[in-house]
Amino acid sequence: MFDIFGIPSQALFGQLLIGLINGSFYALLSLGLAVIFGMLNVINFTHGAQYMMGAFAAYLLLQYLGLNYWEALVIVPLLVGASGILVERLFLQYVRKLDHVYGLILTFGLALVIEGLFRNYFGSSGEPYQVPDALQGGHNLGFMFLPNYRAWVIGFSLVVCLVTWFAIERTRFGSYLRAATENPTLVRAFGINVPRMVTLTYGFGVGLAALAGVMAAPIYNVSPQMGSEVIIVVFAVVVIGGMGSILGAIVTGFGLGIIEGLTKVFFPEASSTVIFVVMAIVLLIRPAGLFGRLG
Amino acid sequence: MAETPALLTVNELQAWYGESHVLHGVTFEVRAGEVVTLLGRNGVGKTTTLKSIMGIVEQRTGSVRFGGRELIRSPSDAIARAGIAICPEERGIFSSLDVRENLLLPPQVRAGGLDLDRIFALFPNLHERLSSQGTKLSGGEQQMLAIARILRTGARLLLLDEPTEGLAPVIVQQIGRTIGALKEQGFTILLVEQNFQFAATIADRYYVIEHGRVVDQLSNTELKSNMNKLHDYLGV
Repeated sequence: MFDIFGIPSQALFGQLLIGLINGSFYALLSLGLAVIFGMLNVINFTHGAQYMMGAFAAYLLLQYLGLNYWEALVIVPLLVGASGILVERLFLQYVRKLDHVYGLILTFGLALVIEGLFRNYFGSSGEPYQVPDALQGGHNLGFMFLPNYRAWVIGFSLVVCLVTWFAIERTRFGSYLRAATENPTLVRAFGINVPRMVTLTYGFGVGLAALAGVMAAPIYNVSPQMGSEVIIVVFAVVVIGGMGSILGAIVTGFGLGIIEGLTKVFFPEASSTVIFVVMAIVLLIRPAGLFGRLG
Repeated sequence: MAETPALLTVNELQAWYGESHVLHGVTFEVRAGEVVTLLGRNGVGKTTTLKSIMGIVEQRTGSVRFGGRELIRSPSDAIARAGIAICPEERGIFSSLDVRENLLLPPQVRAGGLDLDRIFALFPNLHERLSSQGTKLSGGEQQMLAIARILRTGARLLLLDEPTEGLAPVIVQQIGRTIGALKEQGFTILLVEQNFQFAATIADRYYVIEHGRVVDQLSNTELKSNMNKLHDYLGV
C-alpha cells in the first residue's frame, strides 16, 4: 500500500468509491427532479418517498411474489411510475400552474403521508435486501477492493443518466420536451398533446426515482425514512446544478458525491455539511446554479 | 370570389383574459385561397382574434367553423390537427432548440405540406443556419423560421400575426413575396398587420376591427376610394 498526502490509498479510494455510489443516487434522483421541474414547474418533494417506494416495491416483490432483483429493476419503475401518473392526474395537474409553493406543500404533505403509511406497516428498523447472486463478491484492483455490486450501480446509473440526457437533448421527442418546457402554450397550438406529455414526464421522473430505490435496496437498508434522509442532499444538488438543467443534475450529482467522499478522508467533521457549504457558495456566485440559466 | 365557399367562418366570437372582456362579438369569414387582413389600432383585439381562433385564448364563446367543423370548444392541439397553424407575433422561436429542431417541431397534421426542399427554396438563409441555436438568428431570419415551420405541417389556413413588425424594408419585401408565393401554392392566409402599406400589396380583403368588433370590410378594389375612412379607423 502507498500513501497520498499522508492518507493510505485504501482509505482514499474506499471513500472515493462510497462517494461515487452516493453520487450515482444523487445524479439519478436530481435528474428526475430536474426533468419534472422543467416540465411541470413543480418542486417534487415526494421524490424521496418515491425512491423509498421503489426500494420497498423490490423488497415486497421478492417476499411475496418471488421476483428477483433483475425483474424488480424492470417492473418497479413501471409500477411506481404508474402511481406517479395517478398523483399527477389526481393532484398535480391542478396546482402546477399556480405559485411553486402550492406544488411544494402538496408534494411535501404527500411524502409525509407515504412515509407514515410505510412506517406504520413496516416499522422503522428497516429490512435487508440481498445483493443479487450474479453480482456477489468483488475484484481486488491492487490499490483497493471493488465489490461487484457497487461497480454495477456506478456503471448502470451512468448509463441511465446518459441515455436520459441523449433522449432529451438529441431526439425528436426530446425536442418536444425542451420546447414545451419553454412555451407549452405554443407547442400545444402546434398540435402536440402537451397535457399528456406532462403526465408522462412526471411518471418518468418518478420511475427514475423508483429505479434508484431498487438499486439502493442492497446497499442501504430498505426503510421508510431512507427517502427523507437522501432528499435534502438531492435538493442541494439540484440547486447547485441549476434547477431544470439535465446535464447540470448529472454532473453535479456525481461531482458532489465525490467531494463528499473526499471530505470524509481529509476533514471528516465537515463531511455531512460540505454539500451545503458548496450550495451556499454557488448561490452567492451564481444564483441560477452552475449549469442553470436565469429567466 | 363570391362563389368560393368560406373555409373559416367566425361568428359572434367573444373572448376574455381573466376578468377582462376583449372580444365583443367578432364576425367575419375567410374563403379558401384568400389572403385576408385584419386592420385596426393597437389593442383593439386583432391578436386576440387569432389566438381565439387557434384556441390559445381558452375563455371564448361564439362560433369558429373551419371546413364545416365547429372548433369553439376544441383545445388548441385539436384545432392544429384540424389544419390551422399560427405564426405568433412574438415569433416563438425556441432557444433550447437549434434551427433544424425548430423547423421540424410542429408535427404533420395532414398530407399536402411543403417539403423541406421547397421551404429552403423560399428561405435560403435557413438552410445555411440549420445547426445554429434558434434565437441566435437575426430578427428577419427568426420571422422566416416562424413562418417556415408551419408550412410543413399540411395546415391549410395560416394565421400570421404581424410578420413584418420591426423588420428592415428589404426583409419586409421578401416576406411579402413569400406570402404571395404561398397564396399561389393554395394556402389560405389570415393576416394581422399594423403596416397598412404592406398589407395593401398582398391582401384580397380587409376587415377593420375596433373595440373587439368588426366594424367594416373592404375589398382590395375598394381600397383607393376609401382611403380617408381607413385613415380615420387606423389613426394614421
